[in-house]
Amino acid sequence: MSTDQSTIVLVGHGMVGQRFLEALAERGLTATHRVVVLCEEPRPAYDRVALTSYFSGKTPDDLSMTDLAFIEEHGIELYVGDPAEAVDREAKTVTARSGLVVGYDVLVLATGSYPFVPPVPGKDATGCFVYRTIEDLLAIEEYAKTATTGAVVGGGLLGLEAAGALKGLGLTSHIVEFAPRLMPVQVDEGGGAALLRTIEEMGLSVHTGVGTQEIVTDGEGAVRGMKLSDGSELATDLVVFSAGVRPRDQLARECGLTVGERGGIAVDEQCRTVSDPHVFAIGECALAADGRVYGLVAPGYEQAATAAATIAEDEAAFTGADLSTKLKLLGVDVASFGDAHGTADGCLDVVYSDSRAGLYKKLVIGRDGTLLGGILVGDAEAYGTLKAFTGSVPPVSPESLVLPAGAGAPAQLGPAALPDDAVICSCHNVTKGTIRGAVTDHQCVTVPEVKKCTKAGTGCGSCVKVLGQLVTAELEASGVEVDKGLCGCFGQTREELYEIVLALRITSYQELLDRYGREAARGGDGCEVCKPTVGSIIASLAPAIGASGYVLDGEQAALQDTNDHFLANLQKNGSYSVVPRIPGGEIAPEKLIVIGEIARDFGLYTKITGGQRIDMFGARVEQLPSIWARLVDAGFESGHAYGKSLRTVKSCVGRTWCRYGVQDSVRMAIDLELRYRGLRSPHKLKSAVSGCARECAEAQSKDFGVIATSSGWNLYVGGNGGATPRHADLLAQDLSDAELVRLIDRFLMFYIRTADRLERTSTWLERIPGGLDHVRDVVVHDSLGICDELEALMSAHVAGYRDEWAETINDPEKLARFVSFVNAPDTPDPVVGFVPERDQMKPDLPLLSIGHRPLEGTSQR
Amino acid sequence: MTLAPETTDLLVQLRLTDGWFTVCDLNRLLPGRGVAALLPDGTQAALFRDRTGTLYAIDNRDPFTGAAVLSRGLTGTHGGRPFVASPLLKQRFDLATGQCLDDESVRVTAYEVRARAVTAAV
Ligand code: SRM
Ligand SMILES: Cc1cc2nc3c(=O)[nH]c(=O)nc-3n(C[C@H](O)[C@H](O)[C@H](O)COP(=O)(O)OP(=O)(O)OC[C@H]3O[C@@H](n4cnc5c(N)ncnc54)[C@H](O)[C@@H]3O)c2cc1C
Ligand code: SF4
Ligand code: FES
Repeated sequence: MSTDQSTIVLVGHGMVGQRFLEALAERGLTATHRVVVLCEEPRPAYDRVALTSYFSGKTPDDLSMTDLAFIEEHGIELYVGDPAEAVDREAKTVTARSGLVVGYDVLVLATGSYPFVPPVPGKDATGCFVYRTIEDLLAIEEYAKTATTGAVVGGGLLGLEAAGALKGLGLTSHIVEFAPRLMPVQVDEGGGAALLRTIEEMGLSVHTGVGTQEIVTDGEGAVRGMKLSDGSELATDLVVFSAGVRPRDQLARECGLTVGERGGIAVDEQCRTVSDPHVFAIGECALAADGRVYGLVAPGYEQAATAAATIAEDEAAFTGADLSTKLKLLGVDVASFGDAHGTADGCLDVVYSDSRAGLYKKLVIGRDGTLLGGILVGDAEAYGTLKAFTGSVPPVSPESLVLPAGAGAPAQLGPAALPDDAVICSCHNVTKGTIRGAVTDHQCVTVPEVKKCTKAGTGCGSCVKVLGQLVTAELEASGVEVDKGLCGCFGQTREELYEIVLALRITSYQELLDRYGREAARGGDGCEVCKPTVGSIIASLAPAIGASGYVLDGEQAALQDTNDHFLANLQKNGSYSVVPRIPGGEIAPEKLIVIGEIARDFGLYTKITGGQRIDMFGARVEQLPSIWARLVDAGFESGHAYGKSLRTVKSCVGRTWCRYGVQDSVRMAIDLELRYRGLRSPHKLKSAVSGCARECAEAQSKDFGVIATSSGWNLYVGGNGGATPRHADLLAQDLSDAELVRLIDRFLMFYIRTADRLERTSTWLERIPGGLDHVRDVVVHDSLGICDELEALMSAHVAGYRDEWAETINDPEKLARFVSFVNAPDTPDPVVGFVPERDQMKPDLPLLSIGHRPLEGTSQR
Repeated sequence: MTLAPETTDLLVQLRLTDGWFTVCDLNRLLPGRGVAALLPDGTQAALFRDRTGTLYAIDNRDPFTGAAVLSRGLTGTHGGRPFVASPLLKQRFDLATGQCLDDESVRVTAYEVRARAVTAAV
């Protein structure tokens, strides 16, 4: 290293320190300067935000943010495990613990924070921990092996995360929070109540409004419990303090730099310390020019970029950052934005709260109707839009923004209504105007292009959904044809592909891709979106186009979603569930006994489903053929619980037994279930038949529902239970048996022909132009003249139906696929394990979901 | 008796630290679909074959859920690169490198894999 180079010394190699080094490299400063880094921890920078994912299987290496090649390539001198101990500002030197003395021209402090431990007696006892570094986690993990109960002091963000981790380690976990609610910083009382309920349901015990007074120890000085401020005592073997953090400004204090009253190294807008132009401070140790210490990583990154720019003599300033956050905490959505606590003068709250469902939504509205901020717990779907509206008057009433769909008037507020200066991405401070500009001036036509161009959506990811809506709206507005193609492989919609397959009788996916796929996709292997979609189209049309109706035949096997490929439903630990068909829900005792015997013999968990049949869970892949051999032998068939196809036709007991019944609903349900079984469709199909208007079978919540009348049947279509319930619409009245069946034939085939992939009949009915009236015109009045063809397609399906499990167990080549390991067919997958639960068993999962809090956008769907 | 060398089916082999490990006959791999293999150290690999016959192998364990299921995912091509989508939560992994395409910070082990004609004396 030549000595005439000036030297930049960085103290602290945490998240912000590492980002600072990257910013130096991007600006070419690593080439012109000697860069020395003093790193206190025994490992270079790692992803502290994702710390807890260590407990869900990530190794310290996985968490690393430091590429040693980067350090080497840029000639950075990195001293790991060697903290700075003193700074001499006069001599401009830093002394490290090892005795190393480095002279600096520019000193950058990025020393982060330390966890605050309240000064209670016993706080240093064996078994007391903090939650900040990988070393802390390793120590907690080791100690937890000998513990049964753990308590976390502090019910904030990190406290909840720590408590989740303790639970994941198998401990009974408690959270002790001094404030009257959980996450007091982010949410208000109502939000805390909603959160409390959900957290308690996860089996964590929460004690709010009580302080920790003393840690009680045993003779050997190990933790035994805690004394709380309400006089009670909580027995515990392990304590994690998570009561907030304080800036690490000791080094700065000792060398006479100005620190804030409540800590933090005081800096100006360029992140330069107010006391010494040669010294900068960034990240959690800095007291920013706006008087705040930021405890989040995004503002720290901005400060890192600002400091690097200033060193490069560029203009940059850090004037403050948005503290809006959206998190998935132990699986619960929690978001807060803007003036979440309503501190502005005269502002009003609009609140929707359902603490039973763990839902809480609050908007803070200014006197003139301006949206100032808000809090969302349990459902943060609207976060992106609402955050962007902050600071402006939303075009619809605030109530309609928080009310759940169905209650009052739900408002669909598109981002089109946003003003141009609304900030869409707060991580990178990108406005709607900039995003529109990317589309109109920079010719970006896809979300990834816009992300690259504007950086929007490349931080926490929580704005990506709104970003997508904006890009589409902008493209449509500027007359650009929006790509409505199915996926990256096909420019056609599902409906168009259906027409191609039917008209040209194409039975091979590869042929379809190579002839009709997008140029770049031809000759390739397709993708996980179009393969099952085309597989389903070919299966729906199989008899009509001359394809095999058996989904495991030839190339078709490779197109099927994993569930269809194993003719069973994959469960979270890699085992499968088995659902034999029980048409109409009617079953004779002999068959019930067979199911019971099989479940007993194979050790399966059994449950009556919401679809009036019986599900057996926990089968390993290599057990499926033997289970089905016995089921088929006893006269059972596949229930297609795994397929996008007909599930169940539920029935009520009807006229045969019920004093009110006017038709034989059970018989009709059985007939319909047998007619449409095995029919592959864009999404699953469900049905029900009720024997009278009392509707015990809930037919109006089904894709096609039938209700008996004294003179026949009423047919309802487009109903849905599930996530967005919809009552079915009456399509036709007082039908005879034959009329009913013919109408359902047409309706289903028209739906299969025109729906999008994974579009239930309910959404399809609302989407297609003309809606219910159009569908009625087509299937009742045959306005398009296609009813003969629709009926013919359905009869071909009915005639061609074969039970796919019976077919599979008689085909040795197909059976060979049902093994855990191709090279050890008799060895069960050791990852699939079970533990007892009530009188049966459940999957044994090593520390998976709990304690894992992916930031929105880090995982797709 | 004459001794004639005869070529049997092609065998699929994985490169482990101590050499090539034979897994199965090539014809057990359907184009566009995977199989799982148990490795000598008790871990698992997922093996795939694309439509051109190229072979790939990565760790079978889905890092997002812990279940050993990647061999059961759907495969495809994205930007010219082969991938498998986890059957559980659908994250995609590059088959050649093991890199997760939906989360930069996640990568699974990728193995070298080859098909070998094994010559047997008859
Ligand atoms: C087993 C069962 C729950 C139970 O224990 O009762 C169940 C279990 C699953 N349901 Fe369901 N649903 C079951 C009845 C229902 C019902 C009730 C009904 O059918 O009357 C509904 C509401 C009615 C409806 O669909 O409109 C229902 C609405 C859903 C939805 C939401 C669909 C929607 O349009 O909003 C999904 C998600 C999806 O399909 O995308 C879903 C998805 C699932 C999946 C397939 C999730 C998955 O991908 O792993 C579950 C796997 C089952 C398995 O592994 O075997 N399940 N599910 C029920 C099986 C019924 C059967 O015998 O086949
Ligand atoms: C479990 C957990 C979850 C979190 N989740 C989120 C989240 O979801 N979103 C979010 O925005 N933020 C989150 N945070 C906060 C985020 O991690 C911090 O804001 C970020 O790490 C700050 O970066 P930093 O570089 O300023 O400090 P740090 O990452 O703490 O780095 C400072 C480094 O400096 C070292 N150091 C200190 N003194 C010296 C010295 N004298 N000499 C040498 N080295 C020294 C320290 O050892 C440390 O390695 C979370 C934090 C934790 C602990
Ligand atoms: S729907 Fe009518 S016929 Fe059926 S069980 Fe209920 S009351 Fe009886
Ligand atoms: S808000 Fe856009 S990436 Fe975080």
